[in-house]
Amino acid sequence: MNNLPGMEYLTTRKDEFVGWARKFSLFPYPFVTACCGMEFMSVSSTLYDTDRFGAALPRFSPRQADLLMVVGTISHKQAPIIKKVYDQMCDPKWVIAFGACATSGGFYRNYSAVQGVDKIIPVDIYIPGCPPRPEMVIDAIIKLQEKIAKSKHPIVTENF
Amino acid sequence: MDFELFKAIKKELINEVTESRLTHGILELKMSAENFFGVVSKLKTSFDFNLLLDLTAIDYLKQKEERFDVIYHLYSTLHLVRVRLKISLSEENAKITTLTTLYGSANFMERECHEMYGIDFVGNDDLRPILLYNGFEGYPLRKDYPIEKEQPLVPYIK
Repeated sequence: MNNLPGMEYLTTRKDEFVGWARKFSLFPYPFVTACCGMEFMSVSSTLYDTDRFGAALPRFSPRQADLLMVVGTISHKQAPIIKKVYDQMCDPKWVIAFGACATSGGFYRNYSAVQGVDKIIPVDIYIPGCPPRPEMVIDAIIKLQEKIAKSKHPIVTENF
Repeated sequence: MDFELFKAIKKELINEVTESRLTHGILELKMSAENFFGVVSKLKTSFDFNLLLDLTAIDYLKQKEERFDVIYHLYSTLHLVRVRLKISLSEENAKITTLTTLYGSANFMERECHEMYGIDFVGNDDLRPILLYNGFEGYPLRKDYPIEKEQPLVPYIK
């Protein structure tokens, strides 16, 4: 029995096991409003390829997504839309603010721009840059994966 | 550049136009708000200015006696020349006749000018905001609109 390949066992904590599973199955919902979208396309396609981190398949329905990527400037007129998208996403859900505008409003300080999307929805990871380099986005995804792996998962109960 | 045409325009509109000059190949005409609609009608019917290129405004807060300038750019696809019209308006009486009866494209530009500068286009019944939203108070491109004033639609968390 011990000599057969693939029949070994390993021990882990349930929490870590769930985190490990979740961190490699991120389904991003790209909320693309501005020029950062070009950078998003670049990072999600062949050359940089977020598929390597399990975050490849964009779901264009918030109900199927668990990672909201806010890519670009959010204006006050758009704020109700992004709030609705966020509310429609099922738990567990995470948010990445992609680029300077989504992080802090960027260089827009006027009547129209929301000064950072964290004013209306909670944000897990911020990516600075105008636009960010693809390497920074990959770094952000890795950081988010670490965060997911380390966090407590509410589905892990006594009966799990 | 069609100097003959410009001369003819100046001659035809000698009573309405208060000031005219040639700048960057564009004939620039200034007139009062009362004469404005007549001038545009003449330019359209007699001189074939059949395209309204642009409509915008400038806020000269405290720099000039009359606060606003409304600016129209007309183009003639027959003569291939442009003409610019400037109309000064005071803050209390920021009203001007609509051009929607002559140019269909004026509607959207007048709506935008109305929401950004608060200029009233008399005769245009459809001055709903395009870029702004219902409930927005004030006119954001006026110089006295506070630059950091925001009017959020979604309440902020925290």
